[in-house]
Amino acid sequence: MSNAQAKGSATLKWGPERLHALKEMWGRRLVLGVPYLWLLLFFLVPFLIVVKISFSSAEIAIPPYSPVIEYLDEVLTINLNLGNYFFLADDEMYLQAYLTSIKLAAIATFFCLMLGYPMAYAMAKAPGRKQSFLLMLVLLPSWTSFLIRIYAWMGILKNNGLLNNLLMWLGLIDQPMQILNTNIAVYIGIVYAYLPFMVLPIYANLTQLDKSLHEAANDLGCRPWETFFRVTLPLSKSGIIAGCMLVFIPSVGEYVIPELLGGPESLMIGKVLWQEFFNNRDWPLAGSLAMIMLLILCLPIAFFNRQQAKQMEAGH
Amino acid sequence: MSAAIQKSAEQTSSIRRFKKPGFSTVMLIIGLIFLYLPMFILVFYSFNASRLVTVWAGFSTKWYVELFQDEQLMGAVWTSLRIAFYNATMAVILGTVSAFVLDRFGKFRGRTMFNSMLTAPLVMPDVITGLSLLLLFVTMADLIGWPMERGMLTIWIAHVTFSTAYVAVVIGARLREVDRSIEEAALDLGATPLRTFFLITIPTIAPALAAGWLLAFTLSLDDLVIASFVSGPGSTTLPMVVFSSVRLGISPKINAMATLIIVVVSLAALLGWWFMRRAERERKTNLEQFNSH
Repeated sequence: MSNAQAKGSATLKWGPERLHALKEMWGRRLVLGVPYLWLLLFFLVPFLIVVKISFSSAEIAIPPYSPVIEYLDEVLTINLNLGNYFFLADDEMYLQAYLTSIKLAAIATFFCLMLGYPMAYAMAKAPGRKQSFLLMLVLLPSWTSFLIRIYAWMGILKNNGLLNNLLMWLGLIDQPMQILNTNIAVYIGIVYAYLPFMVLPIYANLTQLDKSLHEAANDLGCRPWETFFRVTLPLSKSGIIAGCMLVFIPSVGEYVIPELLGGPESLMIGKVLWQEFFNNRDWPLAGSLAMIMLLILCLPIAFFNRQQAKQMEAGH
Repeated sequence: MSAAIQKSAEQTSSIRRFKKPGFSTVMLIIGLIFLYLPMFILVFYSFNASRLVTVWAGFSTKWYVELFQDEQLMGAVWTSLRIAFYNATMAVILGTVSAFVLDRFGKFRGRTMFNSMLTAPLVMPDVITGLSLLLLFVTMADLIGWPMERGMLTIWIAHVTFSTAYVAVVIGARLREVDRSIEEAALDLGATPLRTFFLITIPTIAPALAAGWLLAFTLSLDDLVIASFVSGPGSTTLPMVVFSSVRLGISPKINAMATLIIVVVSLAALLGWWFMRRAERERKTNLEQFNSH
């Protein structure tokens, strides 16, 4: 933009052309400005406010926290209260919740990949006219309600639920197993809810692969599994990364799944944050919990963003 | 004769495929069963006469009757539908502009930041988005006296912020594959960029606009966590009502509602898929006719 501007001012005198160029420049600024300002105000600024409030202390007031920056009698005071962070570092429960979240999300992401990759592979291999139908079939569940799909598993997994009844009818177990309110139920919930987000990027990646490489590997004597592991899998790396990030990052902060399917052992950080905020009304502590979660997720999010930007450039 | 040969060839190929279903095909079938079985079970038990969801006590539609008599639930449905409608409309406008800017404006100052702000909401955990937006609204109310009370407007702002990211992805993908020569021709013939955008670009990406609108609509209809943070006392959305009921255990009324949602979404998806396939076919036959002339 600045390039075109410089050229314009060097060669054009004031006239209709100059006016036109100016109009175009301001038009571009206006077009860019609206979404830019929206995202700045409603996406970036809120994080700065969370940072600010995480340094205040809880008070019984409206809003329920002490001011961080005060301007009284021409004196600007900044009250930084690190107490929330010390409190979090001190109490083992919070550390445990972070570790549990990362563990549960990582294991669930792994299972999601193990199921999602072959699904995406089979879809990409299917004849063209079937592909769009299969894609719709995989995506359709995610257009229905997330909450209701998690709720469906409550009925299946509970002690006198369908799965236990089936297992007992088959004679595999004598008495109901506790599945609901355990980590296993959380894994099932995450895999179930996020599977389409794993399949979609891998499928998109696999359909873009150059088939001639595959043929070349076969012609040069690679066995099918060898072709897969040496050619297809490395080439679909960016799809795998995008899929894993789309599953892992949101599930670390997941609230609904551990609340409805998990038990006492599956105390995830999203649930802790929710409880601090809604039950204890400790907004500053909830803010610090969010800040630390964000710090943990910073790296994967940056990684995901870079991958997306690369993909966008590759499209040209 | 040739048709018969073709048919038999197809048969042998399908037999061969049937004989040796690859590992990935088996996994695809397992995955699809995994995705659909719980939903079928929900639908099945919504017609159960017994309150106990796992015991079959005969066919009944009484839960549907109860569902429509539940005024709180119906009020929440109406609130959610309105928010979803306004959200989808705004998200499509912002998302289209964002995707267009990123695809056609080349390099500009702050591009990386813009791009990051646009893709980060795709993965941002809901609790963080919800908490940060609530704190923003509280701070703003403190500083400039707006928004005085939280409700539909604040939920709308929060939903637009994260839906825009999804819409931008859908529309960006379409923008990258359209043929730009028509746009360039319009510009060369003296159309202003604005006119070109509305007369050429928008009609070419219309299917993506529709897809983006529907996606934003369902995202908004589905959100529980963010809405819980930024809503006020007067505005309860459908997921909030469902969640408070589900937390207490299984309720056949929720099964009935789930069934209605599943039926509506499936019909819409099938219709959309069918229309898209027909459009694709028409385009292909047109192209063939054009080539044969």
